[in-house]
Amino acid sequence: MFDANLLSVVSFLPLGAALLLLALDQAAKSAGSELAAPIWKVGGLAASLVTFVVSLRLWTGYDPTIADYQFVEHTPWLAEWGVNYFVGVDGISVLLILLTTFLQPIVLIASWHDIKHSLKSYVFFMLALETGMIATFAALNLFQFYLFWELMLIPMYFIIGIWGGPRRVYAAIKFFLFTMVGSLLMLVAMLVVYRLHFEQTGTFTLDLVAPPGGALPGLLDTNILPAGDVWWRTQPWLFAAFALAFGIKVPVFPFHTWLPDAHVEAPTAGSVILAGVLLKMGTYGFVRFALPLFPDASVQFAPLVFGLGLAGILYGALVAMVQKDIKKLVAYSSIAHLGFVMLGTFALNDEGLKGAVLQMVSHGLSTGALFLLVGMLYERRHTREISAFGGIAKPMPVYAAMLGIVTMSSIGLPGLNGFVGEYLILLGTFHAAPWVAVAATLGVVLAAVYMLWMVRRVVFGPVEIAENRGLIDLDLREKLVIAAVVIPIIWIGVYPQPLLTRLSAPVGEILRVMEAKRAPSALPGAPPEALQASLAEPAR
Amino acid sequence: MVEATPNEWIRWVPLLPLIGAVVHGVLLAFVRKPLNRALTIALSCGTVVAAFVISAVLFAQLQALPTDARVMSDMLFTWIGTANFSADAAFLLDPLSAVMILVVTGVGSLIHIYSIGYMDDDHRDDRGFARFFCYLNLFTFSMLMLVLADNLLLMFLGWEGVGLCSYLLIGFWYSDKWNAYCGSKAFIVNRIGDFGFLLGLFLLFWSLSDADHAAIAFRDIRAAFPAIADQTVHLPSWLYFLPGFPEWKLATLIGLCFFLGAAGKSAQLPLYVWLPDAMAGPTPVSALIHAATMVTAGVYMVARMSFVYAEAPGASALIAWTGAITALFAATIAIAQTDIKKVLAYSTVSQLGFMFLAAGCGAYGAAMFHVVTHAFFKALLFLAAGSVILAMHHEQDTDKMGGLRKLLPWTHKVFLMGVLAIAGTPFFSGFFSKDEILLAAKLSHVPGHAALYAIALTTAGITAFYMFRLHFRTFLGESRAPLETRAHIHEPGMVVIGPLVILALASIFGGFLGPAAALNPLLGALNISPEDSNSFANFLAPVLSNVVHEATHSEERLLALYSVGVAAVGAALAYWMYVLAPAVPAAIRTSLGGMHKLVVNKYYVDELYDRVFVRPLVAISERVLHRFIDAGLIDGVLVNGSAAMLRGLTNGLLKYAQSGFAQSYLGWMALGTVGLLYYLVRQVA
Repeated sequence: MFDANLLSVVSFLPLGAALLLLALDQAAKSAGSELAAPIWKVGGLAASLVTFVVSLRLWTGYDPTIADYQFVEHTPWLAEWGVNYFVGVDGISVLLILLTTFLQPIVLIASWHDIKHSLKSYVFFMLALETGMIATFAALNLFQFYLFWELMLIPMYFIIGIWGGPRRVYAAIKFFLFTMVGSLLMLVAMLVVYRLHFEQTGTFTLDLVAPPGGALPGLLDTNILPAGDVWWRTQPWLFAAFALAFGIKVPVFPFHTWLPDAHVEAPTAGSVILAGVLLKMGTYGFVRFALPLFPDASVQFAPLVFGLGLAGILYGALVAMVQKDIKKLVAYSSIAHLGFVMLGTFALNDEGLKGAVLQMVSHGLSTGALFLLVGMLYERRHTREISAFGGIAKPMPVYAAMLGIVTMSSIGLPGLNGFVGEYLILLGTFHAAPWVAVAATLGVVLAAVYMLWMVRRVVFGPVEIAENRGLIDLDLREKLVIAAVVIPIIWIGVYPQPLLTRLSAPVGEILRVMEAKRAPSALPGAPPEALQASLAEPAR
Repeated sequence: MVEATPNEWIRWVPLLPLIGAVVHGVLLAFVRKPLNRALTIALSCGTVVAAFVISAVLFAQLQALPTDARVMSDMLFTWIGTANFSADAAFLLDPLSAVMILVVTGVGSLIHIYSIGYMDDDHRDDRGFARFFCYLNLFTFSMLMLVLADNLLLMFLGWEGVGLCSYLLIGFWYSDKWNAYCGSKAFIVNRIGDFGFLLGLFLLFWSLSDADHAAIAFRDIRAAFPAIADQTVHLPSWLYFLPGFPEWKLATLIGLCFFLGAAGKSAQLPLYVWLPDAMAGPTPVSALIHAATMVTAGVYMVARMSFVYAEAPGASALIAWTGAITALFAATIAIAQTDIKKVLAYSTVSQLGFMFLAAGCGAYGAAMFHVVTHAFFKALLFLAAGSVILAMHHEQDTDKMGGLRKLLPWTHKVFLMGVLAIAGTPFFSGFFSKDEILLAAKLSHVPGHAALYAIALTTAGITAFYMFRLHFRTFLGESRAPLETRAHIHEPGMVVIGPLVILALASIFGGFLGPAAALNPLLGALNISPEDSNSFANFLAPVLSNVVHEATHSEERLLALYSVGVAAVGAALAYWMYVLAPAVPAAIRTSLGGMHKLVVNKYYVDELYDRVFVRPLVAISERVLHRFIDAGLIDGVLVNGSAAMLRGLTNGLLKYAQSGFAQSYLGWMALGTVGLLYYLVRQVA
């Protein structure tokens, strides 16, 4: 019973709590007072903590030996149009949902004193954002996916635009427009696939896979030709439309310029969620939709993606090297890290895909932690200029140690989380394209250059600026926040096997589906017999 | 393949120091007042000494097994596993790793104990004291992981771990910008080597995997390697200038990749530049990490992978030549240095070159033998130098020393033992190991082996020269220290001198672990059979793929005579120049002029790297990538340009639709979506 609606509970608990708080607030207002700000804070935190605890059931209840989606819920919604409420998870989405529910309470605690005005709206938007993110990862119906994918933009837009830095409006609009442009094309492509599916089966559906119990096939069973007369109905064009939407979100070079701006202007919590979870929507989209829907195009486009991913790795690293603002440096390092994820995904083998998913989680933790640490420094000094610091290991030894650990995780030191994903990605890529892997491995060297350079100038050396002499080390709240992230950083580095086992079946399934669809019978001119039969049937 | 004997004690060798490090680390992070010094010492030194005791017991157990069954293993859990491989957190104890854990925990224990005295003198708070021992324990753990790892990936964990600790400890006194710079430099140069390590790992793994022998554990790889030993690879055409183009043996390529890693870690040309700067760290660190253990990891790795190099003559030749040239190159720099630690640092680079020379010639046993004896005498030299530095109140420049023999009698004696050992004085430890290397170079079939032997012999002479020079300038003659310093010079306490004496004894007698039969003076006296004399190499032989060339005893003795003679000349020259005729060095300096300047400035290699690699890279990143492409091209032209264009186009028409509120955009979007959906459904239904 509990498991049957678990995903819906996890998805909508935060939003439900937010609405409840709003209703209470209204009720209080009509009674002549209003809900005090601390109640909002505590209420928001409690909701996100409960959500996290409930979501742990996804980890314990997920059976890694089964390739099917689990915790599935399927309810007709606009059934006639094929729009259903359809959620379910495999190992990939379990990890990403847990990453989301895990980071959410942490950022709420981290921003406890950070938000100075409009606190109620802040809590509301944060909770709404959480629902949007979880629901996106859980969605198995394309309409639903698209809906939540776009819905997420709104709270994030406001979080940057209201609580951000001086250029927050520019950054927020840039973030919004970049993402919108990509997703509109994706919507069109979705509808084309939708129509192709109807032509072949006679039914409308936007379900990705066959729903449980029903005999109806899902969109993945649609036969999309790798080439044909009508260009917009072929895999390359449809893939390109999806890839643009996902690629902007990742972001893949050269669509990355919104990211540094968004990060620099966003408040700490916004940056953590943006880097930790939102960017993963793009990479997740590739893994979940682009690869299995368009296997031929994925193979065909792999060299291009390798090129762009590689460009991101090297370019991101080199540009990070010359940044003067710590947040910008971390933002560019994100571009480099996600370049690795792109390589691993399009290596199209077990190692590469597993590494890519693991790297998504690892990047969420380590970059999230970096942003948290930068935020702690910003709260004290109200600047993020690297040159404004120096020698802060003396007044803030614990901070320095934590920054050290997180930095090492970010540059992929074995024994910490970053290494496992990066290693698997490089190993997988080496098999798919050796020279690409060689060049990408250079990115590993460069990562050490820019990260250590930053640490050296912020943490080490003499304390030359008077304001830094009196800096106070992390208090208990901050220590707890950062320790909460450091623990999984170490855990995944030392014992990643529980995560890898959960990825085995889904990754195997994606590769199997791709293989099957690329088999000779699915090649141009020879649609499978079942499909031919269904094509012959008259439409409703 | 022989079945490995399970032994659950092995895990405690690395885990004990880890426990020390973790306890220190957690207390430092979460408790305001760290452990007091006594508890810190008990925890950190206690765990390492305990690890040494366990290592010794394990060594004895291993030795008790029959020669061909000396393999023990300890499996903890699967670390990283996928469909194709499974890298376990598992340990492999065979003769090679058994020797290494004894050296690491043995020398490590002594240096931990020595550090109590050394760091106590450093009047810092308890946090600094605890932090030092935390790092030192973490290093010991990582180094033990490196040598005990049962597979390449776990070895890489140790490999990077020691790099991290090296970084932390070089920059231990972080308030000085220079120290922090040196730490980062060490880490980054090592990462360049890691680039090679990783590529070698990928290449080896996929080659084996494609031949249906996927393996990552050393013993499995060794067993499977013959399947791909004869494979070749096509070089791309732009590599036409390489020898052997266009077909290379796969083993050569794999070997070269791994050697790049080894060259980074073990400071060989062209990646040696970090090691001299690593002397910025506290002296016990220089002794433990940058002399006795970590820097020999590259040699250990080559020995561990010797089955690859046995099939890769090209890679082996490159190793031998790199080693020989590095040995000579670093020795020439050492001649002109005046900083006591810098001389020892270049000497370490040079000695590591000797080890690679041996490995390249296929004499892995000799290389490992030199690893062990070098650990003794170089740790001794560094720690004795540390004792001098303590006495001189952190003065390292030998220009300001001299005449310390009377003030520091014990330090002087043990330092002299170290100098005698490294110079190759007969029957000291360095004599046996260095002569085996010279013999291997002489006998090997590596292209140009006669030249290799000549270089090595010359370097042996230079080594004796600069080491005696260092000794004379530090301990003999008149004191050049300022008067007030001179008044306070005194011998450090027992906790410093004790480890020095033990290391001095090891430096003197360590060679008898396995002297060559031809040179063994005890052969007749103790009634040992010649076969048993070379016991060290014999013990390691089952693990190594040695290339053996026999020589007669008289040949060996003749070669030993040459090398002793050359060393004697070097020592005598130093005695003449720095004791008998102190005016000579200055005269030589002026007459050589530019040449001398070149050597004093270490051939300007750091400056060269800075101009050729570092600055252009930064300039391109800043000017081209960041300002031109990112801000100018993408943001300036594409993003903002198209936005401006759109604005111009739509200004008249759509300005009412643009309310500027995201809600209203969303409303339009939802409406559009529904409309589009409706249209499509209607049309086909």
